[in-house]
Amino acid sequence: MSRSMTGARMVVEALRDQGVDTVFGYPGGAVLPIYDEIFQQNDIKHILVRHEQGAVHMAEGYARSTGKPGVVLVTSGPGATNAVTGLTDALMDSIPLVVLTGQVPTFMIGTDGFQEADTVGITRPCTKHNWLVNDTDSLAETLHRAFHVATSGRPGPVLIDIPKDVQFATGTYVGPKQIAPPRYQPPRKGDTAAITRLVELMETAERPVFYTGGGVINSGPAASQLLTELVDATGFPVTSTLMGLGAYPASGKNWLGMLGMHGLYEANMAMHGCDLMINLGARFDDRITGRVADFSPGSVKAHVDIDPSSINKVIRVDVPIVGDVGHVLEDLLKIWKARGRKTSPALQQWWAQIEQWRARNCLAYKRSDKLIKPQHALERLEALTAGRDRYITTEVGQHQMWAAQFLHFEGPNRWMTSGGLGTMGYGLPASIGVQVAHPEALVINVAGDASWLMNMQEMGTAVQFRAPVKQFILNNERLGMVRQWQQLLHGERYSQSWSESLPDFVKLAEAFGCKGRQVHEPGDLDDAIREMIDSDCPFILDVLVEKHENCFPMIPSGKPHNEMLLGDEIAADDIGTAIKSDGAVLV
Amino acid sequence: MSALKIERGASSHSAYDLRDYHAAGEERHTLAVIVDNEAGVLARVIGLFSGRGYNIDSLTVAEVDHTGHTSRITLVTRGTPAVIEQIKAQLSRIIPVHEVHDLTVEGASVERELGLFKVAGTGEKRVEALRISDIFRANVVDSTLESFVFEITGTPEKLDAFAELMRPLGLAEVARTGVAALSRGR
Repeated sequence: MSRSMTGARMVVEALRDQGVDTVFGYPGGAVLPIYDEIFQQNDIKHILVRHEQGAVHMAEGYARSTGKPGVVLVTSGPGATNAVTGLTDALMDSIPLVVLTGQVPTFMIGTDGFQEADTVGITRPCTKHNWLVNDTDSLAETLHRAFHVATSGRPGPVLIDIPKDVQFATGTYVGPKQIAPPRYQPPRKGDTAAITRLVELMETAERPVFYTGGGVINSGPAASQLLTELVDATGFPVTSTLMGLGAYPASGKNWLGMLGMHGLYEANMAMHGCDLMINLGARFDDRITGRVADFSPGSVKAHVDIDPSSINKVIRVDVPIVGDVGHVLEDLLKIWKARGRKTSPALQQWWAQIEQWRARNCLAYKRSDKLIKPQHALERLEALTAGRDRYITTEVGQHQMWAAQFLHFEGPNRWMTSGGLGTMGYGLPASIGVQVAHPEALVINVAGDASWLMNMQEMGTAVQFRAPVKQFILNNERLGMVRQWQQLLHGERYSQSWSESLPDFVKLAEAFGCKGRQVHEPGDLDDAIREMIDSDCPFILDVLVEKHENCFPMIPSGKPHNEMLLGDEIAADDIGTAIKSDGAVLV
Repeated sequence: MSALKIERGASSHSAYDLRDYHAAGEERHTLAVIVDNEAGVLARVIGLFSGRGYNIDSLTVAEVDHTGHTSRITLVTRGTPAVIEQIKAQLSRIIPVHEVHDLTVEGASVERELGLFKVAGTGEKRVEALRISDIFRANVVDSTLESFVFEITGTPEKLDAFAELMRPLGLAEVARTGVAALSRGR
C-alpha cells in the first residue's frame, strides 16, 4: 500500500519497516525535518552523540555485536565530514551501516551555501555506495535499496544524502516489498566443483591450516558453528586474523591463537610451514602476510571470499571459491563427510611440530611485583571475566594487540576492534554502541591513554543513556606502539610519542557524572577490576602500567613469518638494531 | 615433501586468470563497462582508477540504451596481467556497474576513434596536407584560406600516424574522442 507523506516522515517509516530500533545521531539545520519526525514517535530510539565520528563508531559497535546494520543520522557539511573516518573504518572492516546525511536544499546545491559540502563526492571512496536523493518520490525506494546494498554480499557502509526540501516535500511512500527486486545480488553459493577440489586437497594434506577472518563473523553465527564443526571433525589447526577472533572458540583444542604481525609464534610458523592453507573469509592483509614474496612458500592455497576482488589481489591462490563463507562451509562439510571423512595420518606429526612451536611460549613476558605489566592487567581481566558473556572493544595500538593475545573469545560478535583502518578513538564509542544493543551485558573497552582521549567526549553519551560501559585504560603515558617502532626502527628518538598533560581520569569520570579509579599497585589490580565490573554506571579504570613495555611477538615489516622477533630473545641493549633499515620504509 | 600435487595456476575451476603474478610485461586492454546512467557513475569509475593507482589511456562514455537507462564506458588501460584482473574485479564491485567485458581477451573486436585536426598553413604545405588527408580518407569539415579542420575515423594508431604526418605541415590543434570498441560477430 503506497501512502502520501513528507520525505522526513518517509525516513522514519522506512527505518521502521527495515526493523531499525536504534539510530545514532546529531541534529543540525539540514536534518531538522527528520528530527521533528523522530520527536513524534516512540518506535525508534535516538542516541544523541557528542561528535558525529562517535555516532558512526557506535553504529559499528551496534552492527558488529548484533549482525544488524547500524544506522546514523547527521546533518550536512561538518556533520557529514565528521562521519568520514567512521565510514572509512566501516568500509575497511566490512561493517554494514546506513548513514543518512542532511543536505542544503536542491536549489542551493553548488552555491557554497551554509553548511554545504559535496557529501556524495567526499564519501564516494569511503562508502560501498552512496546516493543523493533529488526528489521525494524516489526517497523511500532509495532507503530500502540502501539497506539491501549495505547488508548483501560483502557488507559495508552506505550513505544517503537528503536535501532539506526533499525532506519537506510530499511524495509517495513505498514499503520494502513494493520495490522491484534489486539488480545487485552477489552470489552466495560457491562453485561445487571448486569446493570438491578443496575437499580432495584436505583429504591428503599433511600440514593443513585453517586461516579464518572477519568474513566468518559477517556470514552470521551459523558460519562460526559450521567452522567449529569442520575444524573439530577434521582435526586441522585453526588460526584467525584480528577480525575473525571468536569464530572458533579460543578454548577449542585446535586453536592456535591469532596470526599476523603480533600474532602467536605457533600460528605464524604453521602458516609458514603448512602444505595446505584454507583461507576462509580473510583477505591476506599486509599485517598477516609480512613479506609477500616469502609468504607460506610451500603451500597450496584455497581462498573462500564473497568479494571476487579479494582473490588474487595480494597472494595468488590455487583454489579460489567465490561465495558466502557460511554456505561454502556447509557444502565443504557435506562433501567431506559424503566422501568418507578422510584425513592424512601425517596430521599427527604436524601437531607434534605445532606443539614444539607452542612450547616456545611466545607470549612470555618479564613479570613484576612492583609495576603493573599491561599483559598482566589483561590476564587478570580475562581471569576475572571468564565465563561471562562479555563484549570487548578496543582502541588502536599496543593495548589492542595485547588484548587480542591475552583475552579469549568463545563466540562470534563479542570482539569489536578497528582492524583495517586502525582508528584511534574507535573503542569508546563502539563500546557504547554495543551496550545500547545489549543493555544487560558486560561491555569493556580496552584502551590506551592516547587513543581514549580521541573520542572521550562520548563519555557524556554513555552517562546520558545509562550505558554502563567499562573503560579499561592501560595508561603508559605514551603512544605505545609509535614509541615501540621508534625504539626498534628510528634510533630510539622518541619524536612526539609521549602523552604530557594527561587528565586525571578519575576526576574526569566524576566530571562526566560517573565513577573512576586509578590503580598502580599490582596487588590492588584484582580489586580494582572487580569494582569496575560491578559498577552499574559507566566506569573508567585508569591502570598505570609499565611505560616502556614492547608488544611481542612481532614480525617486523618486510619480514616473512619465520623471522619473528620474540620478546625474550632481544636484549635491551641491541633492541635498536633488531630491525634492518630496509624494513623501516614499510608501515 | 608435500603430499599435495597441484600445478600452479592450473586450477581448472578457477574463475580467474592465474598467470604468473610477477609477470613483468604490461599489457594494453580495452574494457567495455556497462553502467546505470546515473549521476556520479563516471566519478566512481575514474575514482577507482586514481584511488588504486591504475592507468587510463583513454576513456569514452555515452548513454547507449535510453529506455534501459544504461551507458557504455569504453576504457583503455595498461598493466600487468594481475593488475588487469584486479581492475576488472574492482570495476565489477561498483554497484551501478552491470557488466565488465575485456574486449582484448574475449575474442576479436573492432576499435575506432574519431579525431579532429586543425592544420594551418599556405602554399605547398597546404596542398600537401590536403593530399595526405585524401590518402587517409579524412573529411574536411572546416576550411579557411589558411587552415583546414580534418575529421578522421580509425584506429588510434591511424590517428597517431596522421598526426605525425601533419605536424611538419602546420598541425595547430587536435581533439580526439578516445576509443569506442565492440566485439566482432554476433
